[in-house]
Amino acid sequence: MKIVVDFDLCESNAICMQIAPDLFEVRDDDFLYVLNEEPGEDSRARVEECVQRCPKQAISIEG
Amino acid sequence: MRPALPEAGHLHRGLILSRDSVHIVGASLAGIRAAEALRREGFSGTIALIGDEPHRPYDRPPLSKQVLSGAWEPDRIGLTKPEKFDEIELDLRLSTRATAFDLASRSLTTSGPDGERTENVDGLLIATGARCRSLPGTDGMSGVHILRGLDDALALRADFDRGPKRVVVVGAGFIGAEVAATARGREIPVTMVEALPTPLGRVLGEQMGSVMADVHREHGVDLRTGVGVDSVNGGDRVESVTLSDGSLIEADVVVIGIGVIPNTEWLDGSGLEIDNGIVCDATMLAAPGVTAAGDVARWPNHRFDEVMRVEHWDNAIEQGVHAAKRLLVDDSAAQPFTPVPWFWSDQYDRKIQLAGRVRADDDLEIVEGSLEEHRFAALYGREGRLVGVLGFNRPRHVMQYKMMIQDGVSFADAVSAEI
Ligand SMILES: Cc1cc2nc3c(=O)[nH]c(=O)nc-3n(C[C@H](O)[C@H](O)[C@H](O)COP(=O)(O)OP(=O)(O)OC[C@H]3O[C@@H](n4cnc5c(N)ncnc54)[C@H](O)[C@@H]3O)c2cc1C
Ligand code: SF4
Repeated sequence: MKIVVDFDLCESNAICMQIAPDLFEVRDDDFLYVLNEEPGEDSRARVEECVQRCPKQAISIEG
Repeated sequence: MRPALPEAGHLHRGLILSRDSVHIVGASLAGIRAAEALRREGFSGTIALIGDEPHRPYDRPPLSKQVLSGAWEPDRIGLTKPEKFDEIELDLRLSTRATAFDLASRSLTTSGPDGERTENVDGLLIATGARCRSLPGTDGMSGVHILRGLDDALALRADFDRGPKRVVVVGAGFIGAEVAATARGREIPVTMVEALPTPLGRVLGEQMGSVMADVHREHGVDLRTGVGVDSVNGGDRVESVTLSDGSLIEADVVVIGIGVIPNTEWLDGSGLEIDNGIVCDATMLAAPGVTAAGDVARWPNHRFDEVMRVEHWDNAIEQGVHAAKRLLVDDSAAQPFTPVPWFWSDQYDRKIQLAGRVRADDDLEIVEGSLEEHRFAALYGREGRLVGVLGFNRPRHVMQYKMMIQDGVSFADAVSAEI
């Protein structure tokens, strides 16, 4: 599973960080950083929740 | 029919109910997310998703932003990829309106392209949302708009495309404010009329209301506060608006943004309790085997000791998922729904976000940035507790303080926290 963020759409509102702080972090510069782009399968449910709850539909999963 | 099998982690406690089918009424944000959640939870019965609009579920926030500005076409706002509908095996019934429900006999009546139909329901999830309030005397007058659905947005955009001489926005709530911002982005002259002394002052407090007012005025909006609308004048087409202070504003487009009414009329006499929304318990259950979610649902949120109905995007998703799961468990396994509500609004180049439950008389403290730059985070406290955070272009801070609200941090600790 690979996390893909479309940074043209992302608005750094950190909803994803709230759901999965180990995978997503919005830093002081107000940019989103993906901390682990290829998390294990055990993270899939949480990443799917991030996909759904990202208000900008900026996150997708490959694989 | 196979019984529902638990799959994901949430259903391991208590009795799992086996249901043959779930009917979801309202095919928008809460409804589609509820349908997806049922399948994620392993529910294998039939799911009917019934909606009165002709469109597949689509996203509303872009309607007042990218769709209205012309940046996006409607094909970009679908909520779920078309393949996904097949994958989750939905009985999707569009252009179909639920007209009645009877709790005692559990019968649901719908009216759609195939005519009228009455069927028995097992699980029922109600997500019929809300519709806009209108101003009396404006029905059928062209140039007068509300904004709730895609068709509303396209009609308003078509009027914007004609290059109106002036748009009058009635009501400076979030939707009205976004319409004003988008119109200004298209260089259309805007007058915004607000009955309160400051926009959103009753919710956010006067100080924050003044910041809102400044932002609009800096972008060239002719903002009139503390006045109402006496009449909208014209024949077939709107020509002007008369305000309660006697002033007359010539306008060829009027947008009414004075709040919404939950869509519950079809449930009158159903046996469900209706009181400004569908009354649910803390777990989103309205009656045995009946749940509600999204803009239409009212429930006691124990985190804030408050009965609330929340008209926010993120709430519709979380609550849709919660209400779906609730249909699959018995009372002993049911969890209360206790979110910290969160909302965003894009106006001009400002990203405004609000988390928690704030009131005009809460304590207020600016903890980041400054009001002058219109870039700040403001905390709201009540009885020593952190209850809310408002951010202007401070998304990360809003989310971090939201987590503090979730953790029950005191107002003093939140104010002094270094984040
Ligand atoms: C223009 C606009 C901009 C917004 N911007 C933001 C924003 O920036 N941030 C934010 O947090 N929130 C925003 N919102 C709010 C957010 O979109 C709503 O909270 C969300 O749509 C609620 O979802 P819902 O599924 O509960 O209800 P709705 O989206 O209202 O859907 C209810 C559906 O049920 C249908 N229906 C009603 N009655 C029946 C019936 N009897 N039978 C069958 N179908 C029926 C309706 O036609 C509708 O399709 C915005 C809303 C609008 C209108
Ligand atoms: S939720 Fe979406 S928009 Fe927000 S920070 Fe994450 S990817 Fe970006």
